[in-house]
Amino acid sequence: MIKSRFAAVPYGVWMAIFIIIPLALVCWYAFTDASGAFTIDNLADIGRYTNVFTRSIWLAAIATVICLVLAFPIAFLISRMSGAKQTFMLMLIMLPMWMNFLLRTYSWMSLLENNGLINRLFGLIGLGPFEMINTQGAVVLGMVYNYLPFMIMPLYSVMTKIDRSVIEAAQDLGASPARVLSKVIIPLSVPGISTGITMVFVPAISTFIISRMLGGGGNLLIGDLIEMQFLGNAYNPHLGSALALVLMVVVLLCMSIAGTLDNDDVEDMLL
Amino acid sequence: MMNKGLKRASVVYCAIIALFLYIPIGVLIFFSFNQSKSRNLFTGFTLNWYKELFQNEMVLKSLGVTLLVAAVAAVFATVIGTMASVGIFSMKRWQKKVIMNVTYIPIINPEIVMGVSMLLLFSVMKTLFGHIGVDFSMGIVTLIIAHITFNIPYVILSVNPKLRQLDRSLYEAAMDLGCSPVKAFFKVIVPEIMPGIVTGFLMSLTYSIDDFVISYFTSGTSQTLSIVIYSMTRRKVSPEINALSTIIFVVVLTVLLTMNIVDIRKETRLRRQLQREVRR
Repeated sequence: MIKSRFAAVPYGVWMAIFIIIPLALVCWYAFTDASGAFTIDNLADIGRYTNVFTRSIWLAAIATVICLVLAFPIAFLISRMSGAKQTFMLMLIMLPMWMNFLLRTYSWMSLLENNGLINRLFGLIGLGPFEMINTQGAVVLGMVYNYLPFMIMPLYSVMTKIDRSVIEAAQDLGASPARVLSKVIIPLSVPGISTGITMVFVPAISTFIISRMLGGGGNLLIGDLIEMQFLGNAYNPHLGSALALVLMVVVLLCMSIAGTLDNDDVEDMLL
Repeated sequence: MMNKGLKRASVVYCAIIALFLYIPIGVLIFFSFNQSKSRNLFTGFTLNWYKELFQNEMVLKSLGVTLLVAAVAAVFATVIGTMASVGIFSMKRWQKKVIMNVTYIPIINPEIVMGVSMLLLFSVMKTLFGHIGVDFSMGIVTLIIAHITFNIPYVILSVNPKLRQLDRSLYEAAMDLGCSPVKAFFKVIVPEIMPGIVTGFLMSLTYSIDDFVISYFTSGTSQTLSIVIYSMTRRKVSPEINALSTIIFVVVLTVLLTMNIVDIRKETRLRRQLQREVRR
């Protein structure tokens, strides 16, 4: 396979044109104004949207933590099941992910409405109605619902590799369940935790659908802001590019903190 | 190891998570059979919304666009990606590192950033092509280009491990026996890495069909099913969308179940074979 290196040439050219150049264009637009002159006004303008950024980071972080708390026990339970049961449970968890995520989010719209099913149920026992849709809570719920499987899967794939005998050894040596958890299971699950955090946090912080469908107009996230600059009424691709650039930096920062930049992890978890 | 209480608690916990995942979908499906347009008051059974869905030209047309884009993009992505994998495999370490880092960009980067960056590229291309009198408007072509771009990395990631498991001496043996390099490649390497290629193709297909964000920014005037669904959720609500959800859910369920059954059959066949051989 001496010359087969050249088989990658079409790919290299393709990625240069459709990945590298577009990202370079984002940087270019971020640092120029409508006439093409260099400016940092776009980046300076972002200061006006600090509240949107903090809200996005905050809501995505809450959703990530909730996902981690919910996913950890279930991933562990599945990893300890017998073969057939494991396959069944994994399918159960993956199946909703195969449904279009707009439809999944839409289903919560009808549940959370002011006269929706949940409020009707509350009404039956004499409570409510509660204002649920168009709140930040609804946005977080939407994120948790959509991205929970992204947390369960990497956790599960790490946890199946934890040998049963390691846990039993810890128990035999007198460790309490809490100590087994904190000294054995959690440390061995760290790669899965960091992958899971990234897999949930990145789509959560950059979403514009969930906030629009469940958050009403009042809970804009970075994604909404970017979308509005390109396809919405606020048309301004220069500001939009600056926002996208900052979003990329935030995501990279988050990933280096979570320690997911190790390529092998990503590959492991995808396949 | 586990006491009874803990075991019961874990079953309950699994059930709660399953309910959380499926109640919204169940409600969606249930109200597709509702006579009135209400999303939360069941007034009687009907199949009307399905009938209307199948007469909805926008939905049908967008379904065609979705399938066409997914098929074309998956084929191109599989070919380019498989070739790339083979090339990357024989690269020097630093070259490999550079190209793999580029490969991870579309996977790691937020979808919306990928979407807007390609939107910028296509609008720049439109002006450039405009200068030489060629009309390059966003539509099905840009949609396919965008889909190929985000699909290729998944093909590469599923072919790469298969190449790593490959026995190099097989290829050399084929050459020693008189195969040309090209023939040896198609007769020896391709069959060996086929499972990876198929996985990559199927992943591309599903990602394409499911994609919304990148299509939203690059589709111009043509609409995929996701985009139509999005516009349906924005407009006055019609239970047609529930009917559509039900159909999608049933299709996905059938595909997954058959895949699983095939898998299980294969596994039991393999196990039986193994047992027979052990007995001998």
